[in-house]
Amino acid sequence: MNTFTLGLVVILYMLLIAYLGYIGYRRTKTTKDYLLAGRDSHPFIMAMSYGATFISTSAIVGFGGMAGKFGMGLIWLVFLNIFIGIFIAFVFFGRITRRVGLNLDAHTFPEFLGNRFQSKSIQIISGLIIFIAMPLYAAVVLIGGARFIESIFQIDFTLALIFFTLIMSAYVIAGGLKGVMYTDAAQGTIMFVCLLFLLIFSYFKLGGFSAAHQALTNMANLVPADLAAQGHLGWTAFPKINSAWWWILVTNIILGVGIGVLAQPQLVVRFMTVRSSRELNRAVMTGGIFIFVSTGFVYTVGALTNVWFYETSGKLALDAVGGNVDKIIPEFINQVMPAWFIYLFMIALLSAGMSTLSSQFHTMGSAIGRDVIEKIFPKTGLNTMMIARLGIVFGVLISLLIGYKLPMGIIARGTAIFFGICAATFLPAYIASLYWKRVTRSAVLWSIISGMVTSAFALGFLHKSESLPLGICKALFGKDFLIDKFPWMIIDPLILALPVSVLVLIVVTFVTRPPEKEFLDKCFK
Amino acid sequence: MIGIPDPAIWIGYVLAILSVIACIVYSVKNWNKSDDPAPDAPEREINWEKEEDKINEML
Repeated sequence: MNTFTLGLVVILYMLLIAYLGYIGYRRTKTTKDYLLAGRDSHPFIMAMSYGATFISTSAIVGFGGMAGKFGMGLIWLVFLNIFIGIFIAFVFFGRITRRVGLNLDAHTFPEFLGNRFQSKSIQIISGLIIFIAMPLYAAVVLIGGARFIESIFQIDFTLALIFFTLIMSAYVIAGGLKGVMYTDAAQGTIMFVCLLFLLIFSYFKLGGFSAAHQALTNMANLVPADLAAQGHLGWTAFPKINSAWWWILVTNIILGVGIGVLAQPQLVVRFMTVRSSRELNRAVMTGGIFIFVSTGFVYTVGALTNVWFYETSGKLALDAVGGNVDKIIPEFINQVMPAWFIYLFMIALLSAGMSTLSSQFHTMGSAIGRDVIEKIFPKTGLNTMMIARLGIVFGVLISLLIGYKLPMGIIARGTAIFFGICAATFLPAYIASLYWKRVTRSAVLWSIISGMVTSAFALGFLHKSESLPLGICKALFGKDFLIDKFPWMIIDPLILALPVSVLVLIVVTFVTRPPEKEFLDKCFK
Repeated sequence: MIGIPDPAIWIGYVLAILSVIACIVYSVKNWNKSDDPAPDAPEREINWEKEEDKINEML
């Protein structure tokens, strides 16, 4: 790969992003523009922004590589991403969220919950949870992007990190959600085109659709002994039931990520960026196709890389890249794809990271600015836009610090931790806010708190992937996790925390006074 | 089926494809439908905007 050409392509791409960020800035006049893109987004822009925010670089490179290691079982995540993450989310959550959000003048997800239950505490606590948990998720993407720039320009990592952060912050702070969504749409389009080409060209190189699958099926006897012991039955087979990989695939990946998407604040807020439910109806199609191509295609190619590496080097994909799952997709692209595509794919990866990160910065900023500071100190003398901008600067600095200082073991878990916490704390409250009129303010508040506390407990003391690098359990109890009986240490914290927050929501609702009918009529009119 | 013998995998593919089709069909069927009484000129939007400008000015 020619570094000069790639550098040039990246600079051209950055200019495009800067231009779109500038348009966002020019069109941002009010708080509504800054926090909700003026509530008049085009359905295509809304859907692409939703999809590109949802799909980060780690979803492409990380999960794609995971498919190279474990096979096509990840297709179930694709199914849930489309069916729950798009269809259910838009049709059953999006339309009603938009309407209630407009009726209650909500500009952010915490404000939506706070106004829906007439509670400042709910808004402030939700804002704080987002502001505390999200920098970890943002740090994952930030570090990934900086590493990428480090390798392209052959510059020092710290310099790459500062450079990347400055570019991202500039258009998010200046352009608000309009800047974020315009750039997201462009970035999503680049990702879509690249991944479409990747799948078609891969099948072409591997001898066609069925032939490629058959070749992969025939490799089942080559599964390494250590993976077979974890339940790996071949790359075109689902893992053995009750095996370690089965539990990880089903609870952590399929349920954790697949269901967690419904209560992501940076995605929920997008439902409130359109003028009417007609736009949401139109956006469903774009969203569904985008997610299918951006996840389904790359996971399929990820598994099929084994055929290519085995036929050309006699090695499995994982062995061919020295055991690093994250290198499977990039290495395959380097070896198989035409040179021009390699440049384009690098831009697609940068796009995937930037589109996710820009929304994270915006959500963190609005959470601390609009939902926490403005609610606690209403007389700061600054308007919402200025407070949100300062909030973004603050959020970016914390993400930067986390990315720079925390051990990689924790940062690598950032996405799963954030998805899990969001689902356990916000999902029951969010669903109830839309569909259960009897639910009360206290029930929602305690459901959020109990979901958060249970998640934190499971992350710190039960789930091996986090409790081990965190080391709190070891320090207090002398062991890495409290229950060492299989499969407790690998079951996703969400599986424990979600039932707790659901139960608390139901029980507290029935022991507290129902909300007033007049207020509910105002919410749902 | 298409070189993938395990039903747990190809059923996943079939469901993913059916979900995409459901998204497309839903959009096409509801292309011009809206829950809102008047999506193109909602009065409350205009009132709200005026009120927001007023608040911003006050701040």
